[in-house]
Amino acid sequence: MNLLTPNPKEAESIQIIREVAAQFERPVLLFSGGKDSITLVRLAQKAFFPAKIPFPLLHVDTGHNFPETIEFRDQLVKELGLELIVRNVQDSIDQGKVREEKGRYASRNTLQTTTLLDAIEEFKFDACIGGARRDEEKARAKERVFSVRDDFGQWDEKNQRPELFDMLNGKIHVGQNVRVFPISNWTELDVWEYIRTENIAIPSIYFAHKREVFFRDGLIWTANEHVYREAHEEVVEKWVRFRTVGDMTCTAAVLSEAVSLDDVVNEIRLSTLSERGARIDDKRSEAAMETRKKVGYF
Amino acid sequence: MNIQNRKLIKIATAGSVDDGKSTLIGRLLYDTQSLTTDKIEAIERSSRQRGYDYLDFSLATDGLVAEREQGITIDVAHIYFNTDKTNFIVADTPGHVEYTRNMVTGASTSQVAIILIDARKGVIEQTYRHFFIANLLRMSHVVVAINKMDLVEYSEDTFLKIKADFDALVAKSNFGEEQITFIPVSALKGENVTRKSEHMPWYVGNTLLDHLEVLEPEDLQESAAARFPVQLVIRPKTEAYHDFRGFSGKLYGNSLSVGDRVTVLPSGNESTIKSIHFFDQELESAAPGSSVVLTLTDEVDCSRGDMIVKSGETPQSEKLLSATICQVNSKPLQVGQKYTLQHGVNRVLAKVDRIEGKVHADFSGTEETDQLKLNDIGKVHFRLSKPIHFDSYHQSKSNGAFILIDEGSYDTVSVGFIE
Repeated sequence: MNLLTPNPKEAESIQIIREVAAQFERPVLLFSGGKDSITLVRLAQKAFFPAKIPFPLLHVDTGHNFPETIEFRDQLVKELGLELIVRNVQDSIDQGKVREEKGRYASRNTLQTTTLLDAIEEFKFDACIGGARRDEEKARAKERVFSVRDDFGQWDEKNQRPELFDMLNGKIHVGQNVRVFPISNWTELDVWEYIRTENIAIPSIYFAHKREVFFRDGLIWTANEHVYREAHEEVVEKWVRFRTVGDMTCTAAVLSEAVSLDDVVNEIRLSTLSERGARIDDKRSEAAMETRKKVGYF
Repeated sequence: MNIQNRKLIKIATAGSVDDGKSTLIGRLLYDTQSLTTDKIEAIERSSRQRGYDYLDFSLATDGLVAEREQGITIDVAHIYFNTDKTNFIVADTPGHVEYTRNMVTGASTSQVAIILIDARKGVIEQTYRHFFIANLLRMSHVVVAINKMDLVEYSEDTFLKIKADFDALVAKSNFGEEQITFIPVSALKGENVTRKSEHMPWYVGNTLLDHLEVLEPEDLQESAAARFPVQLVIRPKTEAYHDFRGFSGKLYGNSLSVGDRVTVLPSGNESTIKSIHFFDQELESAAPGSSVVLTLTDEVDCSRGDMIVKSGETPQSEKLLSATICQVNSKPLQVGQKYTLQHGVNRVLAKVDRIEGKVHADFSGTEETDQLKLNDIGKVHFRLSKPIHFDSYHQSKSNGAFILIDEGSYDTVSVGFIE
């Protein structure tokens, strides 16, 4: 191996992760078991190799995670010799700090925040590394790489520090902490292509598998005891995979036959094209539907 | 094709309020199939409701539009799209009140500036300012997109008149002609954005997207001397790497190779590069822009904030510093004030000795002042607690820029470009 052409996004992320280790006393990597946080773990490995990742992982467990994700998490932590901290939303519920949602759209997704803030306080974390990306949504397009939060974990979007060149200013007052987003500049496709290039292991639910599901609001929901379902909502078995991996109550599946990383990358590329093309001009929609069928859509 | 093979081009866009910047970005996103279905439906619906016979692509960046309607502070937004060959990151820097701060911020992470001009209005005061900042930040390329050509009957004369006016500005700048490209476009109708216009046969150049794609990242990289600011010392303390002591950082300027004779600053100690590591690979050379770990043959003193350079290519080391400052915070910069100066990953204390003057951001000269307010640009002299090891910004962007951090709020209040 001679001269390596650097992947500029990877080099930037590694530089950011090293700045976290250098500028903060108690950093932590927020780990969900999803593809973005798995990518962060690989980047952190690269940042410090041959030394180990010098901070723990924190998983805020809703108790409604896919069992495949939890298995994967424990395996990864064991293989890499990492320290894992788990804090449970169930405990926050039992302590009466948050109340379980009820009914058709009940989810523990929003309850996670309390558990997270409590963990930050408990361990006095001053920097929390997360896998959020700016291309995910409009508000995130303005998020900084080092995003300062006050004692209440709040984000003052109107008063953000400008980030110039690649100089990161992590100076904070006691009680403040920083959310750090090393893959801010990555797109979903960047992440998948990286996982493929690096051959990074990911939980099996990202690949197509047979699953008992039901349809609601045009989305495909997992059918099991954690997900509220009405009697008329019929359970069927389908080939599906998950495009994002979170809590079962807020993560919908997509119909798919993508069983390898190549399939997944192709599916994402084509599905965005067809999703966009299908409704824009009639000529394209026929071809798009055909493309979709080829990769396992409806 | 994977990301390693795809080029990355970073673009900052600058324009005044109504010259169609959002429409241009929306058009680029739409034509490269980078918009989601729901977004396109929203654009179609809204365009229909407003009775337009075309699609209103400014809605593609409607996060910003909503901001404008609410009148809250407009901030730099980052937008991503790609073609088969290239990944693009657009730092969209909104064009009014705080445009200097925003454009400087967006331009600092970009290589190319797109400056929009409304063909009906031509070169206006804002254009001067946008170009001034592109010049101050020494951007690699400037694309002057002369928009709304459909509203001036696709007139070549109008295009040439605006180009001549702009060329007069170029003459006052450090840019060479080859760094500036003029493209007549209609963002609304998608002409010369990604598709050649049928209405402007007199224009024989590339469309905007084609032009952005042919820019070579090699051209955009610096050809300066190798600079390796040390971020962290890597000491695994494991059986396999018992005596390993590596220096991690991101390499700027030129490449470094195993066997290169190097000097560690500030100590001035010399050594030789023993090995270069990138994760589990050992490399012969590190390419510019790579985040690697170096080891040296000698046990030299070297820690975070130090810099490894090739012997014989040492930068300047000074405690007195002159720089052009752009104030990016509402707290003004004044004589006598102390700041933390962050240069790369190194921090020292800095005191403002003298403000030489405020620079007019329209190439019209300077005026005397005793303070620099938000969005002001000025020449400032500093005294530092310890020397820093710098190049002029003109020689090296990465080693010639710094930020000032307020000692009370810890906010980033200024950015400096070393003379």
